[in-house]
Amino acid sequence: MSTIPITGAVDRPWILPSRGRVGMSALIVAESAIFTIFVIAYIYNIGRSISGPTPQQVLEVPIFATICLLSSSLTIWIAERALHRSNMKMFGLWWLVTWVLGVIFLGGTAVEWRKLIYQDGLTIHTNLFGTTYYSLVGLHASHVTVGLIGILTVLILTLSGKVAVRHAERIGVFALYWHFVDAVWVVVFTVVYIVGRS
Amino acid sequence: MSDRAIPIGESIDLTPPQGMAAGWLELLHDWVITVDHKKLGIMYIGYALIFLLVGGLEAMLIRVQLAVSNNHFLSPETYNRMFTMHGTTMVFLMGMPIIIGIANYLVPLMIGARDMAFPRLNAFSFWMTAFGGLLLYYSFIGGVGLYGAGSAPDVGWFAYAPLTEKAFSPGHTTDYWALALIVSGFGTIGAAVNIIATVISMRCKGMTLFRMPLLVWLNLVVASLILVTISPLTAAQIMLEIDRYLGGHFFDTQAGGSAIVWIHFFWIFGHPEVYVLVLPAFAIANEIIPVFSRKAIFGYPAMVAASVGIAFISLGVWAHHMFTVGMTSASNTFFVLSTEIVAIPTGIKIFNWLATIWGGKVRFTTAMLFCIGFLFQFLIAGLTGIMLSVAPWDWQLHNSFFVIAHFHYVLVGAITFCLFAAFYYWYPKVTGRMLDEKLGKWHFWLFVIGFHVTFDFMHIPGLLGMPRQIYTYEPGRGWDSWNMIVSLGGAVQAIAVLVFVFNLVWSYSKGTVAGADPWDAWTLEWATTSPPPVYNFAVEPVVSSRRPLWDLKHPEDPDSRYE
Amino acid sequence: MGSALLLLSATSQMGWSQTVQQTPSIFAPASTPAHQIYELSLFTLGLTGGIFVVVAGLLTYAIIRYRHRGSQDDTEPPQVYGSNQIELSWTVIPVLIVVVLFLTTTRVILAVQDAPKPPAAVEVTVTGHQFWWEFQYPKLGIVTANELHVPVSDAASPRPTYLKLLSADVDHSFWVPELNGKTDLIPNRVNETWIDPQKTGLYVGQCAQFCGKEHAKMLLRVYVQSPADFASWVKNQQQTAVQQQSVERGREVFETEACANCHTISGTTAQGRFGPDLSHFMSRATLAAGAAENTPENLRAWIKDPDTFKPGCLMPAMKLSDQEIDEVADYLATLR
Ligand code: HEA
Ligand code: HEA
Ligand code: HEC
Ligand code: CUA
Ligand SMILES: [Cu+2]
Repeated sequence: MSTIPITGAVDRPWILPSRGRVGMSALIVAESAIFTIFVIAYIYNIGRSISGPTPQQVLEVPIFATICLLSSSLTIWIAERALHRSNMKMFGLWWLVTWVLGVIFLGGTAVEWRKLIYQDGLTIHTNLFGTTYYSLVGLHASHVTVGLIGILTVLILTLSGKVAVRHAERIGVFALYWHFVDAVWVVVFTVVYIVGRS
Repeated sequence: MSDRAIPIGESIDLTPPQGMAAGWLELLHDWVITVDHKKLGIMYIGYALIFLLVGGLEAMLIRVQLAVSNNHFLSPETYNRMFTMHGTTMVFLMGMPIIIGIANYLVPLMIGARDMAFPRLNAFSFWMTAFGGLLLYYSFIGGVGLYGAGSAPDVGWFAYAPLTEKAFSPGHTTDYWALALIVSGFGTIGAAVNIIATVISMRCKGMTLFRMPLLVWLNLVVASLILVTISPLTAAQIMLEIDRYLGGHFFDTQAGGSAIVWIHFFWIFGHPEVYVLVLPAFAIANEIIPVFSRKAIFGYPAMVAASVGIAFISLGVWAHHMFTVGMTSASNTFFVLSTEIVAIPTGIKIFNWLATIWGGKVRFTTAMLFCIGFLFQFLIAGLTGIMLSVAPWDWQLHNSFFVIAHFHYVLVGAITFCLFAAFYYWYPKVTGRMLDEKLGKWHFWLFVIGFHVTFDFMHIPGLLGMPRQIYTYEPGRGWDSWNMIVSLGGAVQAIAVLVFVFNLVWSYSKGTVAGADPWDAWTLEWATTSPPPVYNFAVEPVVSSRRPLWDLKHPEDPDSRYE
Repeated sequence: MGSALLLLSATSQMGWSQTVQQTPSIFAPASTPAHQIYELSLFTLGLTGGIFVVVAGLLTYAIIRYRHRGSQDDTEPPQVYGSNQIELSWTVIPVLIVVVLFLTTTRVILAVQDAPKPPAAVEVTVTGHQFWWEFQYPKLGIVTANELHVPVSDAASPRPTYLKLLSADVDHSFWVPELNGKTDLIPNRVNETWIDPQKTGLYVGQCAQFCGKEHAKMLLRVYVQSPADFASWVKNQQQTAVQQQSVERGREVFETEACANCHTISGTTAQGRFGPDLSHFMSRATLAAGAAENTPENLRAWIKDPDTFKPGCLMPAMKLSDQEIDEVADYLATLR
């Protein structure tokens, strides 16, 4: 073996951050950059549509859906705690609650879009407001969808008894993503339903 | 737990696998399914080399067309496609993959790891990138393929809207451009995530952040920069596709959309992107210059700080590409200042390289020659950059051949030179054989001469008012002879590149056998065999300084004493 | 390869009219903003040239002085790891240089961009089209194309020309190097620039922002005229187009074929806005934004098939008979 062994003294215990968490954080940074660009495009184009409808006329504030989504951050955290304590029943329960809350949120978006399209005649093609609105909210909704698919997968694995404490790290990494999706909603909500309607 | 191919922190089985006399099909299968960072690195690099030839061929067609005034060698469409494809290919299919490939190969070796943090993500990223390239080039034959109206995008590599909107760019060529870059962009982001996680979480024992080789540091910085630069481009291209396919109005100026916003978004990506390309080149110089000057790098902490500084500042200078779009004098002034501030950390780097050479014993290997060429050329390129950053002068120089000369001075004179240096330096590690030095010298001298004949003289037509992206020009403008010289220089570069390719192929089987450490170097990759085994290190290394092999070779005066 | 290029140069066709032998050099300024930029550029060149000489000199010295001599010697040189004082000094000096350069630059930015507009200024609205220029003088009631006429402006009584820049389709950029740097024409946006040429004569330039297939042939000419010449040019342009009996047929063809949909000829039913205004077409030296010299043969060839000069331009070949072409061309030739 021509490899030269390199040995030296290690003065302290060698502990490095988990690669899952580092990787997910990096991904979240990249995702944030994408959202930032869409948010900037939204803000820049507020009030620039040359035809109606305007946000003031047609947008309603989705308070209930927002509460659902934000509280799902809490429930996923409770589920995680349960997993750490190896309490699989509680884990499954709170995980399910998280999923249901996410689905309600997505359902809320669907109902809202249905109203906008069929009642108010606002599509992505109608005007700049439509273009920016559907893009930004749609980008967020697609992230929620990805998250829900992930949650569902874990749920199924849990029900079939394949999830255990040793997966806590991975579940934790996944939960980071879900918290991110929630946090982004706070921004999207502020921009679209508060700044954009005023 | 199967997303690591090699156990980490556990012992491994070193008995060579039996019955490996595989046929080519198995070999191919082996490469396609591999998750080994070294094989993926090699594939990235091979892929990039092919596109260097393709992009170079396009450049040659451009140069033939411009060699004389009023030339009819290429039609206007073809010319426009050529520079669009040339720019896009060189930046996204040559530059990005090759720097990622080098990082992929070297970073785990240099930090004493057995693989990247996420080997399967690594393979996924490569194949995304590869697919993006194929998609872009499929546009050439897409004419009779999927949707009709193909034959390559022709909107320039920065694809300013609204020229890219359906109204002005019917057909699907622009869609190929956007979709191909979105796809390869995902690959790039995946690779960046992977590099960051690897550097943070996979270092061997004793490899603290400030003991990492500078190449690793710079790749960490670059990967972080990629996260925030590629994604704006992806976002903008998604918006463009929303406009083109769903009838959106982001950049549709007829419906109140904005042309300026695209320009901002593109350069918010585009400016940091050029530092994404140049920092890995710096990284290469950081490894090679010390070894062939036989001295430790001068001012390691300053080098790290300067790289981080460049990355940060580069996020706030993008509008220096937009001095002519009619910004207020206040914004123009701001971007002049921010752009010129970049000169300070960059200067620190140049001076530290100078100080590394100072007092050393410089060995003129081919790799070192390319690095020396890089130092001079980057200096000049940076100074022409400073000229461009002087906004009023940029009102004249913008979109002229002066700008083309400036950025080829960096992209070819700095980056490509460093890449060639990297080939001469690490080829022995990758293949176990040395690249031929004599051919290497031929390659170097032909390329330097070709480079200077091409790009030195290219500044002049720019100063004489010649705009870029024009397929031909009037006789009598005084641009003819300059362009002819430039084109001839291009031909010399092409010969040099062919010598290089020949050297790569020839040395693979005929080169002298290298051994583990042919350059008497100091970083960890030279501690393992050439080529390294799948698991990189039989015994996981433990380091106690920046130059573990120096410590080994000079136990009386180890580095650890100075840190 | 080289010989192939030479061959090409020998055989390259003589298609393009060689009307002017002029290099639009940025180092031959003929207008205040161009002049200020020119001086700034000399200053910058000097500064960067100085930096180059010092740094390249040090590099060359180091490489020669510290080259490895004698293959016997394989001891390592003394290892130096860095020095904070030195790092500091080569941080501070560039900082000072940057401050100086920045302040100088700012002065010129303000001088050019925020120059007050004198009331005597001539105002022109420039609209970029794929691939030609439209010039309107709103106060003078003139519409013309591709060749801009402005009065000379002398230091005693400055009469600069202010250009309002618009675009009808995609991004373009107005660039006449000897008069000023470029400013873009961007749809949905109003930009402004100004020139005050101090010498009469012809200044050439061209579109400097890639705008599609024929971006290369979107050339620009600026005629700087003495006050008297400019006044008589204005007078001529303000008249409605002349109508001569002898070319009645050509006018009919023009008005009945699609020409009239895209072109305006004042005083006739032709009021199209998609192409250049042709009311005083013969007052222009070139055809289609400098794609060819404005001669009778070229005009005929243009009407027959615009692609001979400008493949990919937005005027279609109208498939007229040779006789119709002659008639239209004769008609256009009277529009002085
Ligand atoms: C990797 C590539 C790379 C790099 C590293 C750079 C580096 C720099 N670039 Fe360049 N640039 C490009 C690639 C690059 N550029 C490309 C591709 C384009 C055109 C894109 C397109 O339009 O298609 C472009 C265009 C471009 C423009 C816009 C031109 C225009 O279109 O109008 C400007 C304007 O400011 C600019 C400036 C600079 C500056 C100030 C630096 C600085 O980073 C340079 C800093 C270095 C030095 C200054 C030298 C060393 C320092 C010292 C020795 C210290 C002492 C010096 C001083 C105090 C001055 N560049
Ligand atoms: C890393 C990036 C990179 C690199 C390496 C290069 C390399 C070269 N470039 Fe490139 N260039 C760009 C990035 C790059 N360029 C970009 C971003 C643009 C802007 C595009 C735009 O405006 O949209 C541009 C634009 C550009 C133009 C301006 C076109 C125009 O605006 O009208 C020109 C003109 O001379 C040019 C020339 C060259 C030349 C001669 C080389 C040479 O150095 C090339 C040397 C290499 C070779 C010569 C390859 C040799 C091999 C063969 C010839 C064999 C081929 C064989 C097979 C394929 C089997 N380039
Ligand atoms: C679809 C619109 C269209 C039609 C129809 C059309 N033109 Fe044009 N024409 C243009 C455009 C656009 C240009 C500018 C082309 C350019 O420079 O790129 C132009 C340019 C010209 C010019 C050169 C003007 C100049 O100032 O240099 C002439 C002359 C001309 N057209 C004559 C005609 C005649 C005669 C006809 C009818 C037989 C005609 N055109 C029909 C669109 C049209
Ligand atoms: Cu108009 Cu280029
Ligand atoms: Cu830049």
